[in-house]
Amino acid sequence: MKRAAQATETPQVGRSVPRLEAAQKVTGRADYVHNLRLPGMLYGKVFRASVAHGRIRGIDTSAAQAVGGVYRVVTAAEIRAIVPEPYHGPAFHDQPILAIDKVRHIGEPVAVVLAADPHVAEEAAALVVADYEELPAVFDEVEAVDSPAIVHEALKPAGTFPDLKHLKGRTNTNVALDFHLRRGDAERVLAAADHVFEHTFRTQQVMHTPLEPLVSVAEPREGSLTIHTASQSPSFVRIELARLLGWPENRIRVRTPFVGGGFGAKLYIKLEALVAVLALLTRRPVKVALTMEEQFFTITKHAATFKIRSGVAQDGRITARQCEVWWNGGAYADIGPRVTQKSGFTACGPYDIEHVAIDSYALYTNLPPAGALRGFGIPQLVWAYESHTDLIARALGMDPIAFRRKNILREGRQQATGTPMQDAAIDKVLERLAVLLDWEQPFERGSGPLRRGRGVAIGFKACISPTTSVAMVNLTADGSCIVYCGTVDMGQGSDTALAQIAGEVLNLPTESISVVHSDTDVTPYDMATLGSRSLFHMGNAVRLAAEDARAKFRALAAEVGLEDAEGPIVDVFRRKYGMQAGNVIGTASYVPSYTPPDYATGLTPNATPFWMVGGTGVEVEVDTETGHVRIARLVNVADVGTPINPKIVATQLSGAAIMQLGFTMFERMEFDAAGQLRNASLAEYKIPGMLDLPAEMTSEAVVAEQRTGPFGAKGVGESGTFGVSPAIANAIEDAVGVRLTSLPLTAEAVYRALCAARGEPLGDDR
Amino acid sequence: MSATPRTIRFRLNGQPVTAQVAPHENLIEVLQARFGLYGARESCGQGLCGCCTVIVDARAVSGCLFLAAFADGAEVATVEHAEGEAALDAVQEAFIEAGAFQCGFCTPGFVLMTRQLLAENPDPDDDEIRHYLSGNLCRCAAYPEIIDAVRLAASKNRRQS
Repeated sequence: MKRAAQATETPQVGRSVPRLEAAQKVTGRADYVHNLRLPGMLYGKVFRASVAHGRIRGIDTSAAQAVGGVYRVVTAAEIRAIVPEPYHGPAFHDQPILAIDKVRHIGEPVAVVLAADPHVAEEAAALVVADYEELPAVFDEVEAVDSPAIVHEALKPAGTFPDLKHLKGRTNTNVALDFHLRRGDAERVLAAADHVFEHTFRTQQVMHTPLEPLVSVAEPREGSLTIHTASQSPSFVRIELARLLGWPENRIRVRTPFVGGGFGAKLYIKLEALVAVLALLTRRPVKVALTMEEQFFTITKHAATFKIRSGVAQDGRITARQCEVWWNGGAYADIGPRVTQKSGFTACGPYDIEHVAIDSYALYTNLPPAGALRGFGIPQLVWAYESHTDLIARALGMDPIAFRRKNILREGRQQATGTPMQDAAIDKVLERLAVLLDWEQPFERGSGPLRRGRGVAIGFKACISPTTSVAMVNLTADGSCIVYCGTVDMGQGSDTALAQIAGEVLNLPTESISVVHSDTDVTPYDMATLGSRSLFHMGNAVRLAAEDARAKFRALAAEVGLEDAEGPIVDVFRRKYGMQAGNVIGTASYVPSYTPPDYATGLTPNATPFWMVGGTGVEVEVDTETGHVRIARLVNVADVGTPINPKIVATQLSGAAIMQLGFTMFERMEFDAAGQLRNASLAEYKIPGMLDLPAEMTSEAVVAEQRTGPFGAKGVGESGTFGVSPAIANAIEDAVGVRLTSLPLTAEAVYRALCAARGEPLGDDR
Repeated sequence: MSATPRTIRFRLNGQPVTAQVAPHENLIEVLQARFGLYGARESCGQGLCGCCTVIVDARAVSGCLFLAAFADGAEVATVEHAEGEAALDAVQEAFIEAGAFQCGFCTPGFVLMTRQLLAENPDPDDDEIRHYLSGNLCRCAAYPEIIDAVRLAASKNRRQS
């Protein structure tokens, strides 16, 4: 690249550049779909199911329709006039835009009232009446395996996935997907093992709770539709709406400005198909904005049950492990089958185990749907295998870190799938935790009612594969640069990091680069912003696109005889076009190599483009009189490769850990026996606030490099969640000798366990 | 929804304004729909998250629970206020320098509460910061950075005065 006036010798990557959009955010001027109002716009308010499982006998909309100011009330019948098969989903086409024939969970959308005044729509929606023939319902993921209550009459896998084809048309089952991995002969080795340990762990259903609740707006034009949506996957929205409507992709435009938090809630189709059909039916712009309460009925995180069994040799080596995991997917599959498989294959943990058997099941139940939430199932798995690991070490009288040191997967060794570990600093993360915790030093254990303990846990995750990102880098005639990419900045700082990558290649200051947000008419395809994939995949695409722009610019400079000139970039364009005009556009796509797992064994030599590693160490203080647990210290260490922006990386790590602290200590969706959620509001569903922070907190990335990543970097959005829950449970046992096997670790749960341990169980625990 | 709208007059970010408001409309709806101010935003709808923070007569209120009609005659300020020529005040600068946000949806509420905290207590310790800001939620959990930002803003203010 030529030395332009504004160019810089300073490296752009590795620098803690403040977020490019920082001023917009602190002044309240950042653009969210939440803010969007269009002329003539109607507001849609959803009428929701009041039974967990029922056949719809009839829907009476007359009272709602009679409310002054109501424009129209819409049910599935009207939708089918324009979309005959209105079922969507990323893995299974099982979710209707509005309920058809049956409702499958309380809170499922049944009808929508449209009005120019949202208060009118809300008032009228309360007047819709539906009549149901109630059906038996199932809520527990393990019971769902054999339950006579069947949530879906037949499985409807999306046609595009070869590995789901065998499920098509399967009836009389709630098992949406079963994934199996067999490496060696775990059964035989367990039978002969020196020690065998078996435990069962459970996690609860929780919700993402983005503070910008789900919101979409559809804007109809003649023969086309523009969807403005708070979405993590604009390209998916375009393709799925095109499929539903039978339109070519270019008639649907999906735009996403900044997103007020996502965490996996805003993926695939949520409100987009609904606003699209409403706009087509009314020929008016339509906005549907959920309340915080409605979000709880829309998308959640899987509750899970995990049975884990390990054989351990006399010397402390784990020789075999069996894992059975049941994922509570709720009423619609969403991305649950992919969680089951693509996270399932790491269920045996970051350990070097010769004989492994994994069975992982995605279950339908009559609860609100579950999808991806910051970790794609990994935090549920780590909760189980790291609690189990700690229990084994204790039973063998071994130090928990020494036990892990003996068993962890080291560079080059094969993970359970047979994929060799590369650029996965599991050992470094473990050792750094030990140092930060002063693990070898004596530990003050407290006295009287306050007892102190400490614990560690480490987890790992394979990035979902294969996925594609495409990017464009535009070098304008004055030498300024615009990056076009479909990655959605929902707070993770992708605009800034991707600008740093382009700036590094083009030798331009990051602050001078602008990033165009997702607009599927403008920005090229991107699979989605999920699973910590963007910095790696889009980062590589932007790097390659910037290199392409650089090469094209050099060719242009050579063409006009300025290849060796030191002047500003604009000279080259002036020489070529006779004035400040033209531009150079670099493009690139990035898709890593991948080998799908063998269907029968789950084995593959190439399961993932990169591994994420995260570990947590905690010190807790337990009040034995109340069960209250105070987190005195929380230490997070991760392998993030080489950070592009160290400050944003540290914030991502600590933010993820604090979020997981909520899922660990108090967040829980509570259902009554009828499947009705009892705490669908922030008044009753508490998320972490300032006063829930650990007294002391450290987040750190180990020195590492992801050689295939852009400038050595890889994803970081989820790694801070992995170890938090089991590290705290391990520390509680270390402090007071009781083991909790279900989340959350409330004071009540600790107190009950303490009472039971001293032989005085509370009445309802007897 | 047949309730009769009434006209209210108040000062908004220093300027006298009037608005037709229905009895059920809250302050956020009026700020957004009539004045195009989106910095205060409704999230939980229960006054528990702080995203809708607005300053009414020099006191922070939850705009989602504050009926617009009660703003009649009041002095109302939003995060958009105090954007003078310099654009950013010490609190906003400190939030940027400390990297005290991720998605930014809750940030205006934190900025307003921090201004109010520092007006009452120019040199708060960490415990005072945590308690004062405990009514504002950040799901991205940039809390450690927010605490840093408040301390930084306090020191910026001290340097200026």
